[in-house]
Amino acid sequence: MEYLLLIYGNEADVAKMSKADQGAMYQEFGSFTQSIQESKNYVGGNQLQDVATASTVRMRGGKRLVTDGPFAETREQLGGYYLIEAKDLDEALGIAERIPSARWGSIEVRPLVKRPG
Amino acid sequence: MNLESLYREEWRRVLATTVRLTGDFDLSEEAVQDAFVAALEQWPRDGAPASPYAWLVSAARNRVVDQLRRRARFAEKQGEIEHLAALSEPEIDLSEAAMVDDQLRLIFTCCHPALAVEAQVALTLRTVCGLATEEIARGFLVPVATMAQRLVRVKRKIRDARLPFAVPPRDQLVERLDGVMLVVYLVFTEGYAATSGKVWIRSQLCDEAIRLGRLLCELIPRNPELRALLALMLLHDSRRIARAGPDEEIITLEEQNRELWDRREIAEGVPLLESALREGATGEYALQAAIAALHARAPRAEDTDWAQIARLYDALLQKQPSPVVELNRAAAIAMAEGPSSGLALIDELEAKGELAGYHLLPAARADLLRRDGRWREAAEAYRQALALVANDPERRYLNRRLAEVEGLQSAGGASNIN
Repeated sequence: MEYLLLIYGNEADVAKMSKADQGAMYQEFGSFTQSIQESKNYVGGNQLQDVATASTVRMRGGKRLVTDGPFAETREQLGGYYLIEAKDLDEALGIAERIPSARWGSIEVRPLVKRPG
Repeated sequence: MNLESLYREEWRRVLATTVRLTGDFDLSEEAVQDAFVAALEQWPRDGAPASPYAWLVSAARNRVVDQLRRRARFAEKQGEIEHLAALSEPEIDLSEAAMVDDQLRLIFTCCHPALAVEAQVALTLRTVCGLATEEIARGFLVPVATMAQRLVRVKRKIRDARLPFAVPPRDQLVERLDGVMLVVYLVFTEGYAATSGKVWIRSQLCDEAIRLGRLLCELIPRNPELRALLALMLLHDSRRIARAGPDEEIITLEEQNRELWDRREIAEGVPLLESALREGATGEYALQAAIAALHARAPRAEDTDWAQIARLYDALLQKQPSPVVELNRAAAIAMAEGPSSGLALIDELEAKGELAGYHLLPAARADLLRRDGRWREAAEAYRQALALVANDPERRYLNRRLAEVEGLQSAGGASNIN
């Protein structure tokens, strides 16, 4: 079963961190990624550029509408994701809790829809 | 053969094992329902089987397999066909130990923290207690359609997010058991809170909660906190009949006819609590049960050991800091030391503002002012409480008190002129 772990956090807080602290955080993410690769749970994952780089597209009445930024202002922004393979929700939650930013941000755990065939 | 009592006894165990065997919550529930219907037809005709449990599990399992086979043929799902092959394996563990594990798995799945608390409560009553959706809806005063929808949604999440049908690992057991105890206690308090609705429905929730408490103590025998929870429910429940009048009016602890207290529940609850405390129970249920036991022990209201109760509220406040507990502590201190010490604490609480809009704050002040003979101020506080109260029995209680202090005031409230 595949789960998407959506990593939410406050970008401003991360921006305020010292270079050394940021470096330590990325290193921690690196070793976490490595550990779930070794345990064969890792399917994919990426960090996203900050929301300032985001654009939103809508098609309405055949017309394309492009706007700046994400469609909703929230305190926490989507900053990245992991796609993992886990036998059930408890295993997925156990992996999610080890993501370093779970300690200050939050991780949304979503099962993927399985299409037959 | 009494099928009603068989259903009561066997539903949970049969469902728990069927879910373990098939891994499908939703289909199992229907299949177990059908198995009971089949039993109703066949047993009177062919005689009851030696083990009703084994018969019902096997009938329910076959139904789930049929269902899955039909679906698999329809969609030709490879996964389901493999799953079916595994299901057809002949040896099924129906031992006592497996049965206990199955029931624990069922309870822990229903009370999984990834489910909304209200959904956990509904699902536990449906699957663990075997209550009908209509009964649960009535118990929680929501429309049947709303409750049905809630159950559908929660079962969908269990299936689609693949919640494991498992007892949590050791390192999470204490935390998860806290969640289970909260669900049981919520069922109980929903039944016990004298809010509105028909009394018998509420009693059913109290009965189910106590039954769940007993079951958990049986399944996990060496947990003192669980035993304390059961003791707490029994001790509260012992006052059920005494605390409401014929028109559902509230009768306070002080005014209750203690002859009406259920002595059997007290005789069971007190030793349970004592053994829990001996074995180190220190949680909030144990402290609340200890308070309830002190009330249960007092032959008359004036014999109550309020000083000890105030100390227990101190301990409870350490465990579970909350303004409501502080309010109860203030009331206990007032009873132990006199109204003025309690009133001072209530003023402090009010100044903090956390209980703004909560009718029990002015109601508690009114009560202490009344005890102090300050009728005019008491009447004022009762009026404040009445402006905030939301349910009928409490409104009637406050009105009765208000009329009482107004009567005393006009009868010559000399005590108030100074």
